[in-house]
Amino acid sequence: MAAALGRVPELLASHVQLAAAALVLGLAVSLPLAVWAARRPAVARVALGFASLVQTIPALALLALFFPLLLALSSLTGGGIPALGFLPSLLALALYALLPILRTGVAGLTGIDPAVREAADAVGMTAMQKLRLVEAPLAAPVVMAGIRTAAVWTIGAATLSTTVGWPSLGDLIFAGLQTQDWARVTAGCIAAAGLALLVDALLGLVERGIRAGRPAVALAGLALLVAGSLAACLPRLAAPPPTITVGAKNFSEQFVLARLIGRRLEAAGWRVRYRDGLGSAVIFQALASGAVDVYVDYAGTLWANELRRTDRPTAPAMVEEIARWAAANHGITVAGPLGFENAYALAVREADARRLGLATLADLARVAPGLALGSDLEFLSRPEWRAVRDAYGLRFRAQRSYAPTFMYRALASHDVDVIAAFSSDGRIAAQRLTVLADPKGALPRYDALLLVAPGRQALAEALAPLIGAVPVAAMRAANLRVDRDIDKKSPMEAAAWLDVTIGGPKP
Amino acid sequence: MEISFDRVTKRFGPVLALDEVSAVIAPGSFTALVGASGSGKSTLLKSVNRLVAPDAGRVLIGGRDVMAGPPHRLRRRIGYVFQNVGLFPHMTVAANIAIGLRLAGRDPGGRVAELLALTGLDPALGARMPDQLSGGQRQRVGVARALACAPGLLLMDEPFGALDPVTRDALGRATRSLHDRLGLTTLMVTHDMAEALLLADRVLVMAGGRIVGAGTPAELLAGAAGPEASALVAVPRAQAARLRDLEP
Repeated sequence: MAAALGRVPELLASHVQLAAAALVLGLAVSLPLAVWAARRPAVARVALGFASLVQTIPALALLALFFPLLLALSSLTGGGIPALGFLPSLLALALYALLPILRTGVAGLTGIDPAVREAADAVGMTAMQKLRLVEAPLAAPVVMAGIRTAAVWTIGAATLSTTVGWPSLGDLIFAGLQTQDWARVTAGCIAAAGLALLVDALLGLVERGIRAGRPAVALAGLALLVAGSLAACLPRLAAPPPTITVGAKNFSEQFVLARLIGRRLEAAGWRVRYRDGLGSAVIFQALASGAVDVYVDYAGTLWANELRRTDRPTAPAMVEEIARWAAANHGITVAGPLGFENAYALAVREADARRLGLATLADLARVAPGLALGSDLEFLSRPEWRAVRDAYGLRFRAQRSYAPTFMYRALASHDVDVIAAFSSDGRIAAQRLTVLADPKGALPRYDALLLVAPGRQALAEALAPLIGAVPVAAMRAANLRVDRDIDKKSPMEAAAWLDVTIGGPKP
Repeated sequence: MEISFDRVTKRFGPVLALDEVSAVIAPGSFTALVGASGSGKSTLLKSVNRLVAPDAGRVLIGGRDVMAGPPHRLRRRIGYVFQNVGLFPHMTVAANIAIGLRLAGRDPGGRVAELLALTGLDPALGARMPDQLSGGQRQRVGVARALACAPGLLLMDEPFGALDPVTRDALGRATRSLHDRLGLTTLMVTHDMAEALLLADRVLVMAGGRIVGAGTPAELLAGAAGPEASALVAVPRAQAARLRDLEP
């Protein structure tokens, strides 16, 4: 719990920076738009229609969509636009804040008594004076309700910025969900909810001040909000930026490996920070753009997703081809394989394997129509699944997707009978699962490869001792320390254990 | 200030609200515009302070086209009072009355108290919000707001239409006396011929977007202002006769 709480101030500051910037941007766009829309019904229809459409896109997808969009924009304009981190998070959250402000803004303005508007014109107000002296004060209480809604949504959705590489309280939630570290999840949720409630209360103070015609109360609430946002920006101004960013995807092994790399780099004198929870497609582009300096990916993933190849060469030939391709197309250095494989492997409960006589995927195909398959969130849409399905003619009774942790639970609780497990996962042994053999070689190799960003060759040299140094047994054991239910360790502790086990410096 | 309408025409979609209206309002006069709903009387009134812009024709105040220059400058020189009053609900009575002075960048000073007194309101009401006033008080504040910048011209659109008969009568007389004391030129729209005859120096009768009759109250009563005017005058006259018959 102490470790979970230790990161809260830093993540809270980053969370506040993002949410405050997004809300300010949302206000800057939606308030003038609301004024315009209140005068032109056609504008109102288009603007509100667009904002409603945005609202129907899940926040997670909206954030992810900005990544390819900004990437394309960056390549069109000759580069320089960051596709990860603050910018995509800011834009997605600002878009999300539009609807409530716009809707209440239009409602507040069009709801003003026509006689009051006529009087404003008749006493000789200009359009600006009418807006400032009459329309804005009368619409303000209604709009404030919309701003409060937008603020609460923005603070909640800002937890998702973790997935595109901006640290937020979501770091605790996502990492905690992956490793089933409920203290971390709880710390993240409570901090985010507390922040939302506090901001809502302060905006409520502003709203009451406006309604009651007491500007001092409204200004006090506003001053506290501005002060809090500025305080959140102070550490960014004060602290020198960390030099090396170690990336990790969204599962335990990645968290552990990132920290193993981080330990080695810190021992070599670098300052290190971690970016956890990045998606497979996002993290490779992040490395290519230099937003992430180093991370571990898997040969089969790169082969299918980045090289877009479907042939099945031998492991050394595959690694060599990936290294050549990555250097030629992205300037990325493949420092080498770590020594273990984390392949997709279909696994069943040991008892079922005995009862049904299952040893290979060919055996499985025979009984598959009576079984349910559980997979992680991406497996069923990946080429590996199509390859293995077509090679063996696999047809299951049902197919369900889970976050990896829950996939193992689903197998244990008989919700599913077969899972697309990971060969380096400690739970395969711990849960007494049988991994089915792949005699046709339909599933590609998934050797863990250490990837280094362009212009960071020094990192490859410093991390050279890790190449070929991590056997699969050690990786499984380290993973299990994070994933098990009893005597659970943090990724940092598991990395320290792994470091010692594979002969690194003593902690 | 003389107001002259020169073949003023205004359409709202298929409806011809003003059909080449020409008329002259003498400076210092109290003129009533009378007619049924939809006769065009409000549209004609609003063409003076540009709340309505004519499609054709001109409106001149003191010989100057109202369409010259920005509308807010024109409106600050014209007092306007209408049935729904339109007090600003988020401002005190005093702030409502002083709004014109504030827009002109002038210090209200003792002007608010003066206007409250002028319109027969308790000076203590200045600190109240509009929703704490009675309907009659609200309309008096509306008149005070319209007179704050000492305009030479006062436009009134059914100003007393929403008030009870007693308040209505009192406010009508008060307004007429303000008109006389301040030397205003007043143009008042009303559908009530009795009110027009009792308050105005001159009555213009409108129907179908045209002026169909004009004259002093005496001329109207004598039937010298045309058949439409006589038809409208006949109503209060018959009512008065019936009331007389009821008296013991």
